[in-house]
Amino acid sequence: MTDFQVDTRCIQWQKEAVNWREAIAVSAEPLVQNNYVADSYVEAMISNIDELGPYILIAPNVALPHARPENGVSRAGISLTVFQEPVPFPADSEGSVKTARVFICLAAVDSDSHLSMLQKISGWIDDSNLMKDLLHAGSEDEVKQLLTSSQN
Amino acid sequence: MKVLCVCGMGFGSSLMLKMTAEKVLKNKDVKADVEAVDFGTAQSVTANLILTNNEFASQLQGGQAFVKAIVNMASEQEVESAIEEFLSK
Repeated sequence: MTDFQVDTRCIQWQKEAVNWREAIAVSAEPLVQNNYVADSYVEAMISNIDELGPYILIAPNVALPHARPENGVSRAGISLTVFQEPVPFPADSEGSVKTARVFICLAAVDSDSHLSMLQKISGWIDDSNLMKDLLHAGSEDEVKQLLTSSQN
Repeated sequence: MKVLCVCGMGFGSSLMLKMTAEKVLKNKDVKADVEAVDFGTAQSVTANLILTNNEFASQLQGGQAFVKAIVNMASEQEVESAIEEFLSK
């Protein structure tokens, strides 16, 4: 459906994170290591949530941390990390705390790359079987296998 | 009709929501102008229907637009029932 291919070096499985800040830093680490983004981009993804609230929770269990291209993106990419334990986010104005287990960091350079990556992610999230399998995965290899064999 | 998809920055979840809404509207053969905007912009744009997350929905309610909170931005099923609810009111 889309021509964007996810870099398997950017797929991870983790046991837990102390808090959402650490979860974003951990999930963005492969993007930094493989020269997709600078450290400043990771900081921007975190400060956006401080400023705007946890609006990055785009579906049950799924967080989509992202910032602007000018915050330090060298090339377009996605990282995906499954956490075994739910990571809590700050409470919203009604006081309800939401959690996420799948963190998908998005780094775009322009609107074209951005759209094809969003289409890819949207395809994953709308595939309820894939999401169920991802949440039950128990290793990095399993997560990689699920994503590379996904038709979306 | 005019549909606004709203998120914190106007190009992450709101764009995903826009893609989902456009698919649904095309399938239903409903003509609509769908725009993804950030929360600040949303407050100054007039629309018939606003789709957004729970947090922003409670803050955008009270205007002329029909506001609907979406839990799963990629779910065609959920967006379709929100659009149907708007069309039938």
